[in-house]
Amino acid sequence: MSSAVVSTSAALGRPFLFDAKAVPELSLPSQPSQGHPRARPPQRIHPTDFSVNLASSDPRLAHITSASRLDIRPAPEMVSSGVSSIDALTGGLPRGCLTEICGSASSGRTTLLLSALAAATRREEFCVVIDASDALDPHSAVAAGVELDRLLWVRCGASQNFRNPEKPALPKKFRQNNQSASDQPGANYPDSGQSDSRRFENCLEQVLRATDLLLESGGFGLVALDLGDLPQPAARHIPLTTWFRFRRAIEHTSTILLALEQHPIAGSCSSLLLQLGSSDDPILPAEGFAAERRKKICRIEQPGFDLPCPTHAQLLTGLAITAELIRSRLERKPARSSAAFASKTAWAG
Amino acid sequence: MPFACIYVPNFPLAATLRAEPERKPHAVAILEGKPPWEKIIAVNEKAARMGIAPGMTKSQAELCSELVLRPRSPLQESAAHAALLDCAQSFSPCVEDAACDTALLDLAGMESVFGSFPEISRAIYQRATTLGLAASVAVASNPDAAVLTARGFPGVTLIPAGKEAERLGSLPLEVLFANRIEKDRSPGDQKKNAERLLETLDRWGIRNLHALAALPEVALSERLGQEGLRLRQLARGAAARTLVPVEAPLVFEEAVALEHPIVLLEPLAFLLNRLLDQLCARLASRALATQELCLTLELENFSPRHRQAKINNQQFLRTLRLPQPMLDSKVFLKLLQLDLNAHPPGAPIVKIHLAAAPAHPRSAQGGLFLPPSPEPEKLELTLARIAGIVGENNVGAVELRDTHRPEGFRMRRFMAETSGKLEREKVSGPDEEKSAVTALRRFRPALRVHVTLENSQPVRVRCPKKKDLQGDVLWKAGPWRASGDWWEREAWARDEWDLALRNGEAISFYRLVYDLLGGNWFVEGTYD
Repeated sequence: MSSAVVSTSAALGRPFLFDAKAVPELSLPSQPSQGHPRARPPQRIHPTDFSVNLASSDPRLAHITSASRLDIRPAPEMVSSGVSSIDALTGGLPRGCLTEICGSASSGRTTLLLSALAAATRREEFCVVIDASDALDPHSAVAAGVELDRLLWVRCGASQNFRNPEKPALPKKFRQNNQSASDQPGANYPDSGQSDSRRFENCLEQVLRATDLLLESGGFGLVALDLGDLPQPAARHIPLTTWFRFRRAIEHTSTILLALEQHPIAGSCSSLLLQLGSSDDPILPAEGFAAERRKKICRIEQPGFDLPCPTHAQLLTGLAITAELIRSRLERKPARSSAAFASKTAWAG
Repeated sequence: MPFACIYVPNFPLAATLRAEPERKPHAVAILEGKPPWEKIIAVNEKAARMGIAPGMTKSQAELCSELVLRPRSPLQESAAHAALLDCAQSFSPCVEDAACDTALLDLAGMESVFGSFPEISRAIYQRATTLGLAASVAVASNPDAAVLTARGFPGVTLIPAGKEAERLGSLPLEVLFANRIEKDRSPGDQKKNAERLLETLDRWGIRNLHALAALPEVALSERLGQEGLRLRQLARGAAARTLVPVEAPLVFEEAVALEHPIVLLEPLAFLLNRLLDQLCARLASRALATQELCLTLELENFSPRHRQAKINNQQFLRTLRLPQPMLDSKVFLKLLQLDLNAHPPGAPIVKIHLAAAPAHPRSAQGGLFLPPSPEPEKLELTLARIAGIVGENNVGAVELRDTHRPEGFRMRRFMAETSGKLEREKVSGPDEEKSAVTALRRFRPALRVHVTLENSQPVRVRCPKKKDLQGDVLWKAGPWRASGDWWEREAWARDEWDLALRNGEAISFYRLVYDLLGGNWFVEGTYD
């Protein structure tokens, strides 16, 4: 029995088949094309009528949904990002879609990424961070609640010559005798031997190849591309077809693809685009133990005055972050709204 | 009580063809001896049709241009023998290692596991074929009858109980002495005795087992003694004895010695593929998997002097450790290829030895309601490929070290293990949400900066390598002093500052560090 694909149900993710012998033509046999060749073309059957007519001949065809009745796209499953304000704003992070998080330095991108990773590892999922600039701080990740056993870290920007974390820099007295100048921190910063643009190109190539392999491998709940420190010209080098490929690779899977950037670069491939930034007063006021400590120090240093406070009485307790929803393909209409949330430093009590 | 016998005819040739299956359609002969006195000891059917026979010298055989000559390989024979025992052990726990080419197994009670005896015998034959052995299989009611049948009839033969004498009758007398005549390593007097007995029986006109079985017992005993009676019993298929079971050691090794050294990795991959297929088939026959593959390559300039001194510097050793037991030769091959690409041997290869450490296969069952996790085989391949791209130490999971030292972590192998779920659920709630924690984005390595101080406090920062990291300090907190490991060589001491700098229209927060031992200022990262 020969068969052909009529339509694909995105909702069910499987093709519908019909018997080509049973349905030889779409034109009605009662109106043959006779006479002048420019005569009225044979009457076309409405797909619904078509299936209804065929249903009488073959009961299996009664279950076929016509293409006109199919949903445009099934709504993706939304999962928590780990920040309730973001969840309220976007509905969460969509599975099987690309989400872009943009912002400059200190805008809260990494905080949101770590919150999403923590939420994913709490859901017993395995996660990947493909780190273009080797910027992840494992201690921050642990403080955010990320389960490190479930996190795969691909350090694309790591210099091969850079020292191993297990082998820390030597103190000065030993360094003078045993280490060359190139071993000192900062001395072998990746610009040694190659230009910045070349370095970023290599880095980007590693990121894209690793992402391709990991998305093809599958099975990860969240795949994060950290391009946050890549300059805009270098990030723009990623062709749009690559983003289409990534989006296609995770389509119909439960993987969340998250990209951290300074500016949006994936174009229409991203289903969700969030722009993060710091509020007008980015430092959170000290609370609890930190505030008590500050007041105490202020009283000792300058009795009678609360301000100005000495620097050792100051404390970075957290950042006030604003999030703006630039694009969401999950809504019927383009949404543009914002939310605010605060992050606390691990030592803020 | 039924017994089965697996017999590999022409064993040296079968072992060679197991290692080189593509030579099966060709005329192949096996040579043995030291040059220039090499003689042919085994030929296949096609070579025999071309007039090549055992006993010919190498120079005589070389006259035939189409003949493929191979030296006898003890390595391949021992691997083939191990495969034969693996095949037998996969059907019965009671196996006798009768000869290098013969294995006997007791099938009592195996019907309930593998089906009827014809089904078992066919399954044994198929398993032997899978392991690369062209064997003949026989099932009979006693071990000796099974051995004679396997030696006399090719393919699968089943002799019902009581029909042994009838079926064995047509076999020539040589099958009774095949073991002793073919084995050159057997003591010389045994071989001579066998030839003498054969000659005597031939003079009497006894050509097959039926004629021998029909001889009167007493008269035969008077002329040939107990040996004659034993041969008569064998010919009648009535000899009874118990098996001497052996437990085949769980050693899975395959080796191949190369005639010409290999220089490129591609032909090496071709040979590795074959060895891995054989290893995996053997492991599968014993219901095992492997978690460690050890590849030893003997390189060309391995001189006899080094061999005598037992110096291993010319052996190239690579060990592939897997997070979970696996049994997929394609995955193993790709992993070995990636490993050899990253660590090439550096000299022509003359011998390949591959060993697999057996392990029980993983018994994990995915649940319907569990989140998806990466397939171990796929993940291992992916990680190996990524390691080839970003470097071996730059991919994996993170493990924090018990220290306050900055960057106190190390990379370790990432394993997608789903165990321990219940324990974690007990410790913490199923999905409790924590408040967002301000993250630090590190600069690796830390950026060296020039800092202007006022009253010992930073007021201006300038980084020569990062243009946006400079300007007046808008806000600062600190210093937070930390030190450690002063009792060790890698002591550290530092003052940390948190400060805010204007970055265009926005404000960025950085962690500034003063290295008290080095006397330098660094920006370690940005709060993001």
